[in-house]
Amino acid sequence: MAEMILEMKSITKTFPGVKALDDVNFKVKQGEIHALIGENGAGKSTLMKVLSGVHPHGTYDGSIIFHGKECEFKNINESEDLGIVIIHQELALIPELSIAENIFLGNEQARKGVIDWNKTITETKKLLEKVGLKVDPQEQIKNIGVGQQQLVEIAKALSKEVKLLILDEPTAALNEEDSENLLNLLLEFKKQGMTSIMISHKLKELLKVSDTITVLRDGQTIQSYGVKENEVTEARIIKDMVGRDLSNLFPDRTYNIKDNKVFEVKNWSAYHPLDTEKKILDDVNLHVKQGEIVGIAGLMGAGRTELAMSIFGKSYGKRITGQLYKGGEEVTFKDVPDAVKHGVAYVSENRKEYGLILVDSVKNNLTLANLTKVANNNILNTSQEVVEAESLKSKINIKTPSIQQKTINLSGGNQQKVVLGKWMFTDPDVLILDEPTRGIDVGAKFEIYKLINELAAQGKSIIMISSELPELLGMCDRIYTLCEGKITGDIPKEEANQETLMTYMTQNWRS
Amino acid sequence: MDGLKNLITNNIRKFGMVIALVGIVILFQILTGGILLTPLNVTNIIMQNSYIIVLAIGMMLIIITGEIDLSVGSVAAFIGAVSGVLLVTLDLPVIVGILLCLLLGAIIGAWQGFWVAYVNIPSFIVTLAGMLIFRGLTLVVLEGRTIAPFPNGFRSLSSSFMPDAFGTELHMLTIIIGVLLSLAYVLYELRVRRTDLKYSFKTTSFPLFVLKIFIITVVINVFTFVLAQYEGIPYVLIVLLVLILGYTFVMNKTVIGRHIYALGGNINAAQLSGVKTKKMKFWVFVNMGTLAALSGLIFAGRLNAATPQAGNLFELDAIAAAVIGGASFTGGVGTIFGAVIGALVMGVLNNGMSIMGIGIDWQQAIKGLVLLGAVAFDVLNKNK
Repeated sequence: MAEMILEMKSITKTFPGVKALDDVNFKVKQGEIHALIGENGAGKSTLMKVLSGVHPHGTYDGSIIFHGKECEFKNINESEDLGIVIIHQELALIPELSIAENIFLGNEQARKGVIDWNKTITETKKLLEKVGLKVDPQEQIKNIGVGQQQLVEIAKALSKEVKLLILDEPTAALNEEDSENLLNLLLEFKKQGMTSIMISHKLKELLKVSDTITVLRDGQTIQSYGVKENEVTEARIIKDMVGRDLSNLFPDRTYNIKDNKVFEVKNWSAYHPLDTEKKILDDVNLHVKQGEIVGIAGLMGAGRTELAMSIFGKSYGKRITGQLYKGGEEVTFKDVPDAVKHGVAYVSENRKEYGLILVDSVKNNLTLANLTKVANNNILNTSQEVVEAESLKSKINIKTPSIQQKTINLSGGNQQKVVLGKWMFTDPDVLILDEPTRGIDVGAKFEIYKLINELAAQGKSIIMISSELPELLGMCDRIYTLCEGKITGDIPKEEANQETLMTYMTQNWRS
Repeated sequence: MDGLKNLITNNIRKFGMVIALVGIVILFQILTGGILLTPLNVTNIIMQNSYIIVLAIGMMLIIITGEIDLSVGSVAAFIGAVSGVLLVTLDLPVIVGILLCLLLGAIIGAWQGFWVAYVNIPSFIVTLAGMLIFRGLTLVVLEGRTIAPFPNGFRSLSSSFMPDAFGTELHMLTIIIGVLLSLAYVLYELRVRRTDLKYSFKTTSFPLFVLKIFIITVVINVFTFVLAQYEGIPYVLIVLLVLILGYTFVMNKTVIGRHIYALGGNINAAQLSGVKTKKMKFWVFVNMGTLAALSGLIFAGRLNAATPQAGNLFELDAIAAAVIGGASFTGGVGTIFGAVIGALVMGVLNNGMSIMGIGIDWQQAIKGLVLLGAVAFDVLNKNK
């Protein structure tokens, strides 16, 4: 048996209210390419953050053994000193600086504080050669493509004498050719004896390059197996990624689904707001009936949030085309107030950035989207407003000492309730909920689910976007799958399970 | 007793700057040997600071939306110059001239608002450019000279007093206005309390309620009594009162005000909640332009001349007033009342130090320290 370069033993990491990692064991052999996979939120990134010292020693339980020595990293610098380098999904390069400057950022080739440019450039040339990148070291980062930037990141890692390279979704933003290059490069490094850990959703490429696969699910290690000796298939990995018990997580529901299509999206396409040649949404068709809860499943980058926001008053994207039908009649939402007027509400996936005015009170947040309800000729009836806010507060059980409390002081679950309450106050017919339970604890999740069920029972139509497949399976009557901006499936509850969803969600990548 | 203690600690935090203002007033009252609060000087403080208070109100709105306006001093100077041309050189009727000037101010605000809101250029840059543009245009309009004197009707806006029909030594009309104001205030408080009771909200206990009304009534009447001992109520004070009450109402009681706060607090969330963020930003700048014009008119009238140097550093006084008054540069926080208090803190400092004969050099330095101290106090207070 080959020597282990890394062993992470019984790693447990809790965030307030959430156990992100639960007794995880993770072993990597010297000189292999190790694939780490799991659903969004399974704990992959958290595990890598523990390893690289982003979550410092003492904030988690368990031990890390690297090269046979126990490590207690307090920050990223300490792990990098030992040769553990992580390349994040969002590249950490500075666009205005040159390739050479980026590679040696924080590690400048200097003598007595004066940078030795000749050495910097020569060293950069050597590194670029290693990663097969033929560009001028003095070129600015903003002038090279994403694929090349990814290679610069790897060159930067090499400059730190990397022993264990961790790549988080390295090919997510790359086209086929660039991905191919990158994977070949990893294989080349492997021949030279370097060890890498790769996180990816693209099963096909993982199977191609990796030697061992570890599957994480709900913060636990499910399986770890060698690819060659076990004849691993995509189907097996998918099954390991998703299989779990769903009972008792979801509240009971009174069904009240009518046959009329309350809201319909037809032939909906949109382009990236900055790169107007890049199609983000491609001919999307979907509908939701009265009282129905419809899910949208898709991996990160599939275009879920973009779809919701482009519908909601063109809040995302350029060159949007397609039709919207509300109650059978065609409508256009030229901006957010227009969408709200037509009875559509959108609860953003990021409540702090896009949902709440954090410096404002619970009351002011609750009434913001529909102030005219408590106003006469644009003059507020502040007493009426207090009454309405109080009634919403008790109806959806927001735990706060007072409705005058600033929302910044509330817990995540209660903040989410405020955002939901804000949209309930607009009395919508259609609610688009984008990751309504992200980052909140189990108890609060249950309450949010209950609220969603109640809304559906009142005859509201719900479109629910979520990265957590069990959540969609537990809540929805029907689930659309989205992959690279296209709807790849429309699956009724009875036929839906995690395997089928995952299959449809990754359809374009496997074909 | 605990209730009273809570009330006091709460209010110290809430009205920290009011308390500071009272402290500064008492300090200078002692240091100047009682000159600060003489009727003549109180009237002076109001008239000297009126144009800064007008600017501070507009600046408060700008800062609440998370922006800044560096051009207000130049715009005020430019409008003063234009008013000189319109009223002195062209001899237009005063009211026409004033309206044209306010309109021009609004157009200037629209010009800057356009670049900030619709072209997304940082307001710092747009108004820095505006500062240069309108200072330059001031010189162009005046051809480097001073235009004077203004017609009397125009000057009364900033330097005349309400006439007294009674002709007594003490200005009776002012006393009567004070009484009427306090009466209106009492009625307002009673109405608020009645609504609160109707909705069965929590109200302060009755003795405290009476105490509050008593204190404010006394303040109003002492103030008008002091004014009455000199020339009475200056017209510009009425303008200020209308602006303060009007803008306070807009910011607290209207959909527009709520949208401005929301926009400043979190522009993304506001936009996704249906606030027309660009339009709102645009109009806040239009408003600032109009108020800068009004400020320029008041200043020109007080000086009785349109000069190229008018409005120098007004923008910094206005920004300082807003910040001392509790505005936060991250946006979303601040009150009109705070801006007025902030302007008065700066105004009393100026006035008090001048009476004491402190040189302009030390005045600047001390004002700088007070500005820094006020904000530091606020930041530390919030972190507690």
